[in-house]
Amino acid sequence: MDINDTIVDAYVRHKVEFITTVPCKQLGGVIEKCEAHPDIYHIPSNKEDEGMGLCAGAFMGGKRSSIIMQNTAIGVTINTLVTLTQYYRMPLPMLISYRGELGEPVACQAEMAVHTKALLAQLNIPTYHFHKQADADEFDKILQYTFMCNKPVAILTDASFWGGY
Amino acid sequence: MIRSDILRELAPTIKDTLTVMNIGLPSQEMHMIDDQPSNFYMLGTMGLASSIGLGLALAQKEKVLVVDGDGSVLTNMGTLPTIANNVADNYVLLIIDNGSYGSTGDQPTYAGAKTKLEEVAKACGCENVVVAQAEETVQAVKDALAGDKMTIIVAKCESGNIKVPVITMDPVVIRHRFMETIKERNA
Repeated sequence: MDINDTIVDAYVRHKVEFITTVPCKQLGGVIEKCEAHPDIYHIPSNKEDEGMGLCAGAFMGGKRSSIIMQNTAIGVTINTLVTLTQYYRMPLPMLISYRGELGEPVACQAEMAVHTKALLAQLNIPTYHFHKQADADEFDKILQYTFMCNKPVAILTDASFWGGY
Repeated sequence: MIRSDILRELAPTIKDTLTVMNIGLPSQEMHMIDDQPSNFYMLGTMGLASSIGLGLALAQKEKVLVVDGDGSVLTNMGTLPTIANNVADNYVLLIIDNGSYGSTGDQPTYAGAKTKLEEVAKACGCENVVVAQAEETVQAVKDALAGDKMTIIVAKCESGNIKVPVITMDPVVIRHRFMETIKERNA
């Protein structure tokens, strides 16, 4: 099965109906499938902290939500993750393109890549790293876990997972 | 009139309305004037009131009022195109525009100088933008809540603050009672 379908099907199975995205080449296929799926309200954000605000509102309105973004966004959203998502105890699966890993052609992306896991660890955010396509088999359980514990959870997906740039 | 005067006049009108209150003094003032379980108080994260309210409006059917400020909207300027392009007719955004960052000591904002948020909102594609003077604000909110059209109200008032206590309620309690209210209303 196409990896984008695997991910979107899991979202739908877990009733994640409100998904916000900030564009990324690697995540382009998932974003397109979210836009096309009749059970998902796809709302593009202009910045990732805005997207987390939208997700917080949708969650309080009774809809499970998720954000799809690049790892550079961890730098942008620390305050929001801490004082909104974590402080009010809200679940938020974050499907993250892990730029700056093996195969990365853009040197600057490596600069945030080296901080990504350390920042997530500092924030006590449960973090999963998809390196091979078979790793996506855990996505189901990760979603279940996120909505069980009401925490933001990071799923880092690197270039090897997506099959290169 | 300053923001707290508007909130005091507005409180009876929005008593039962799902209301997202902007961070800092607006939340503290509304909490002191008339605390309701239908109020969501932002304790952190400047700028996101309008986004939280939009997500809420899109996720359920009850009317949602966001009480925001000019400084906060400037902080999250990307919110206006998102609002314009994701029309929720149960969404009313009240921007209390006093031309200053009230909660941090009334430093001037660009909205108090050359930038007109009502023009920004229109340029972003918001179709129903209302400008109200401070004393017209309650009526403008009443009209917007009575209608079925997404509305952005920019309410002009003077800058200035009153002394208010901080909110000591636990964030999870604020969130829980708000969500219980939303569930009841949507049942």
